[in-house]
Amino acid sequence: MDLLYTPSQTQFREEVRAWLGAHVPAHKLQSFDTPEGFEQHRQWEKTLAAGNWGMVTWPKEFGGRACDLIEWLIFEEEYYRAGAPLRVNQNGIFLLGPTLMEYGTEAQKARFISAMASGEEIWAQAWSEPNAGSDMAAIRCRADREGNEFVINGQKIWSTRAVYADYAFGLFRTDPDSSRHHGLSFILVPLDAPGVTVRPIDQLNGLPGFAEIFFDNVRVSDFNLLGGEGEGWNIAMATAGFERGLMLRSPARFQQASKRLVELYRQRRNDILDLSIEDSVVRCYMDAEAYALSTYQTASRLVAGGKIGAESSCNKIFWSELDIRIHETALSLLGARAEVEPDGEMDTSDLGAWLDGFLFAQSGPIYAGTNEIQRNIIAERMLGMPRK
Amino acid sequence: MDFTFTEDQLAFRDSIRSVLEKEVTPASIRARWQSDHGEDSAALNMLNELGVMALLVPEAQGGLGMDWVDFILLAETCGYAALPETVVDDAMVATGMLTDLVSLGQHVDQVSALLASMATGAKRVGCAHIINPYSNFAHRKDWMLLSNGNDVHLVPRSDLTLSAVNSVDKSRRLQKIDWTPSRRTRVADGEIGAGLQRAALNRGALGTAAQLLGLAQAMIRQSVDYTSTREQFGRAIGTNQAVKHLLADCAVSVEFAGPAVYRAAYTVSVAPQRADWAVSHAKAAAGAAAELCARNAIQSHGAMGYTWECDLQIWAKRAWALSKDWGDGGFHKNRIHEWLLQPNALLGPEFTFGKRYIEIAESAAA
Repeated sequence: MDLLYTPSQTQFREEVRAWLGAHVPAHKLQSFDTPEGFEQHRQWEKTLAAGNWGMVTWPKEFGGRACDLIEWLIFEEEYYRAGAPLRVNQNGIFLLGPTLMEYGTEAQKARFISAMASGEEIWAQAWSEPNAGSDMAAIRCRADREGNEFVINGQKIWSTRAVYADYAFGLFRTDPDSSRHHGLSFILVPLDAPGVTVRPIDQLNGLPGFAEIFFDNVRVSDFNLLGGEGEGWNIAMATAGFERGLMLRSPARFQQASKRLVELYRQRRNDILDLSIEDSVVRCYMDAEAYALSTYQTASRLVAGGKIGAESSCNKIFWSELDIRIHETALSLLGARAEVEPDGEMDTSDLGAWLDGFLFAQSGPIYAGTNEIQRNIIAERMLGMPRK
Repeated sequence: MDFTFTEDQLAFRDSIRSVLEKEVTPASIRARWQSDHGEDSAALNMLNELGVMALLVPEAQGGLGMDWVDFILLAETCGYAALPETVVDDAMVATGMLTDLVSLGQHVDQVSALLASMATGAKRVGCAHIINPYSNFAHRKDWMLLSNGNDVHLVPRSDLTLSAVNSVDKSRRLQKIDWTPSRRTRVADGEIGAGLQRAALNRGALGTAAQLLGLAQAMIRQSVDYTSTREQFGRAIGTNQAVKHLLADCAVSVEFAGPAVYRAAYTVSVAPQRADWAVSHAKAAAGAAAELCARNAIQSHGAMGYTWECDLQIWAKRAWALSKDWGDGGFHKNRIHEWLLQPNALLGPEFTFGKRYIEIAESAAA
């Protein structure tokens, strides 16, 4: 055990800090769930890619830097420290990217990864259906093979970023006689294909962060089939592993939030009557640290050749509940002013940012597999409790 | 940056764990409850033969000269086994303080000889800290390290008046210590004495945090086993989501307390002057995890969990006692709170590692 950064890790941090200091936009971008904000964020992805900072863990041939997970954590720490924009292509770079590298053909990697890294193609997820949410194996949206093409018919819902995205990836039933997790395939679908209708769904903040997608005889080349026909379930499980595992919510995000919470607490503590506030602030700071410590521990194990297991389900529960607690505590500190919306006349500090974050935090325990599903996974796969 | 244990450290943990699983059974623990002094001499001999008491003693005094990171998994394993004997406190706190005395040049001959006897198990030394009102198993120690203001005394048991105080945990044998300080027994005073006591608090809290982690894991294991076999409505009660989620919550709390404990062990080894924050995080998190596990384990065991017969009480009661020992959750969260209010506190992810230790590590290297 050696918890000091090596000289090259420290140097890497300085390099990241210097580049971000020179390139992070001075003004906060608009939300990527608006048309203007989406294009601003796409531009930021291009800027990142031009500096080879788009996805530092990727191989150099795909515009990455072949960094290990410790360096990735350092990058993320600097990224959040610099207040850099959120990643509009997170579905692509954090989820589909690693999946493509593991299961894609060379031709697929060449076709999709660079365009993803450069921000030319922004990706949406297309997993859930009206009757297949937590029970993803109930998927019914069909993709029937006709020669070299699949013909897709059906509906997807809760597709994050689908309103403005260029492509979606998801599971489709390619064997009409199959049931449950058999007969599903992982297919990449251009959202501008004839027969695709995207209907935006406004989220709690009033912006269309996700959408319904309707497929009416949408024809997709079988080049876009990732992995074998009927092997979609296992590939999707691997993707879900990336989502719950290390990549999606890096600890730095919560450490920065808890740091801001401590600053807010220092300003406001003498005006606060809530008796639980000290305990909440201390716990938020401890837990953000704990998430970082746990992530460094897992990253060290993976760097040493280990594998991530069911304990990644613990991560999802821990950070999503922490995120809610951080924001609840902040709203307690803001008291009656907490309800003021971003850009309201009171918003002289980051009043609105806390409210925004609070709304977004509500989704954490729901998406990427609800926390109830995660608890089942922990009980059955990590602790070995009986399924039935 | 490498947040893993070595193969050797893990193998040592595994070997100690398999020995303890065989030798420290619920039956043997209950037998201790019936005995006058509360200890199992055979278990103590076995631990001495394994070299447990020698691990942290410097090589110059015949020990193995290992550090807190080497020892921490062993402390966790002692908790997992609910070992009643106080080897973790003695090895981490008493050995640590005696070692400090030697390196500070205080009473070197006497203390060195005592350390050498501790390493073999020939002599036993305990340390009572002001934060704990009673001292566990003081009646079984040859010497006690005691404090009087800033002064630290090394007092033979014959000079102490001990009165037993019953703990809810029958494996613990608390003693109220009455004694009269004298120049004859004083081994440190002033800033040196105060420093020794601050270090003792962190080491005691660290060792207790590790044991709490082990206790929590053991209670999860027992609850999983019980709910996987106990049937109601024709199936194992562990198939019910309500039961699964109780234990999943326990697993999450342990999963995120562990790294805090290991980071604290590292910090106490590398930068002890800056370890307060890390130790307090470890103790508060491990204590909360163990308390949650005790609560949910009893609930998972149903009425059985509320019986004297059920062995779960051995672990649950230890968790209740240790979560308050060496500073309760309130004490440790207050230390963090004070630190968070310092204007120059280094907050933020770039300081989780690195800067908190670097200057100390560099000066140690120089």
